[in-house]
Amino acid sequence: MTDLILVLVVLTNLKLLGSSRLGASIRVVAAQGVMLGLLPVLAHVHELSLHFAALAVGTVALKGVVFPWLLFRALREAEVTREVEPYVAYITSILIGLAALAASFWLGGRLPVSTVEPSSLLVPSALFSILAGLFLIVARKRAVNQVLGFLVLENGIYTFGVGIVAETPFLVELGVLLDAFVAVFVMGIAVYHINREFDHIEVDRLDRLKG
Amino acid sequence: MNALSFIPLLLALILSPLLFGVINRTKALFAGRRGQPLLQTYYDLWKLLRKGAVYSRTTTWIFRAGPMVGLAAAWVAATLVPLGNFPALIAFPADFLLFAGLLGLMRFFTVVAALDTGSSFEGMGASREVFFSALTEPALFVVLATLARQTGQLSLSTMFEPVSGADWLHGGPVLALVIIALMIVLLAENARIPVDDPNTHLELTMIHEVMVLDHSGPDFAFILYAAALKLWMLGALVLSMVLPSSGGNPWLSLALVSGGMFGLAVVIGVIESVMARLRLLVVPQLLIGAGAVATVALILTLR
Repeated sequence: MTDLILVLVVLTNLKLLGSSRLGASIRVVAAQGVMLGLLPVLAHVHELSLHFAALAVGTVALKGVVFPWLLFRALREAEVTREVEPYVAYITSILIGLAALAASFWLGGRLPVSTVEPSSLLVPSALFSILAGLFLIVARKRAVNQVLGFLVLENGIYTFGVGIVAETPFLVELGVLLDAFVAVFVMGIAVYHINREFDHIEVDRLDRLKG
Repeated sequence: MNALSFIPLLLALILSPLLFGVINRTKALFAGRRGQPLLQTYYDLWKLLRKGAVYSRTTTWIFRAGPMVGLAAAWVAATLVPLGNFPALIAFPADFLLFAGLLGLMRFFTVVAALDTGSSFEGMGASREVFFSALTEPALFVVLATLARQTGQLSLSTMFEPVSGADWLHGGPVLALVIIALMIVLLAENARIPVDDPNTHLELTMIHEVMVLDHSGPDFAFILYAAALKLWMLGALVLSMVLPSSGGNPWLSLALVSGGMFGLAVVIGVIESVMARLRLLVVPQLLIGAGAVATVALILTLR
């Protein structure tokens, strides 16, 4: 079951790399967040405790409901629906994504992660989420897509943490979630303001600003 | 080689045109029509075979050879394909290369015959066909490589052995990914709806149909029959992944494969009814997606 979720996470990352519609991308990231929220519960189903349950509920609520809502609002106010001219084309992005996936599996096999993992796919797919998120931030122009890239990056770190969730203090997890929430909130407002000032949300044009 | 090994070939030769009938009936059902008879493709084949062929003066022997080579390649390929519990008539290590090569040969001659007419429309169709197949073939090969790696076998008959419940528990994600990728390859290779609309006759949008516009009579019957065989063969591969083992009972396997095959035709009919054809510019993304899904499966088996 955990394997299935991790494979789905990998597939959603690839879908993000190849998708030009921002609305669809937001939904995909939301689905990914919900799946990852359920992951610790399913991975530690035998030792279920309040800790895991609270973490799962918090993650699902934040990543599956609050973030999409904020982003859709930003999207509506900015009146854009799709990424038009990314720095790296979609098909190239998917191919780069596949190369990154192979690299993450190669690296994941060599990393000396000694903790008890629920699945051998965990470390590679976490690495892949991190790489895919970074790639989205670098290769896309729309601010919304960059927020999504940041979220995917955070999802990757979170996936990494699921393997060692039993040892991580509850407060640290909550802190990470809070950080992500603040980041998305701030970026949502930033998107709105960029759009209001310049009638577009293409971040690359900001470098032409002169004081 | 025993009598059982002839069953997949015989079924393919006899029943493959029926698939089109089932697909069309399903689509008619969705549209609220009665639809054409289930045996319509057989009637069409019979009608075409009794007619004479018309050849344009600008064509050469290549145009006449195209359909024949295509059908011959399809026949040979049909001997290599297993069906559910039945192994193929001929099986040897790495026969999947020959299978893919024969499909390639079939396509090559269809394309060359289309170019031979000198019609610009057919050239457009040929160009698209080659472009899309350049994207589906890697996906097909990655799927085959995944299965070869997963089973440790190099022959289609042993690679596509029936899967059991234990296989699903053990490598469920890989199997699911392979089935998805193979299904997209099947739809693309057979010019079904998300990639190409078999019903459309607008030259600007169609791919496969436009290449065979100038063929008539027996030549067109050959092309139609070869297309039915190709659908049957790729369908048999998908089906072999899905069907459970029947425990060696030949009658049960026979019921399973024929039922499964027409179930698959119904599935294709449903896909065609609920989906619209993709824009030509989006099709490469779908095919690359199939390749990506297959690659994920390959990476999962390699780790």
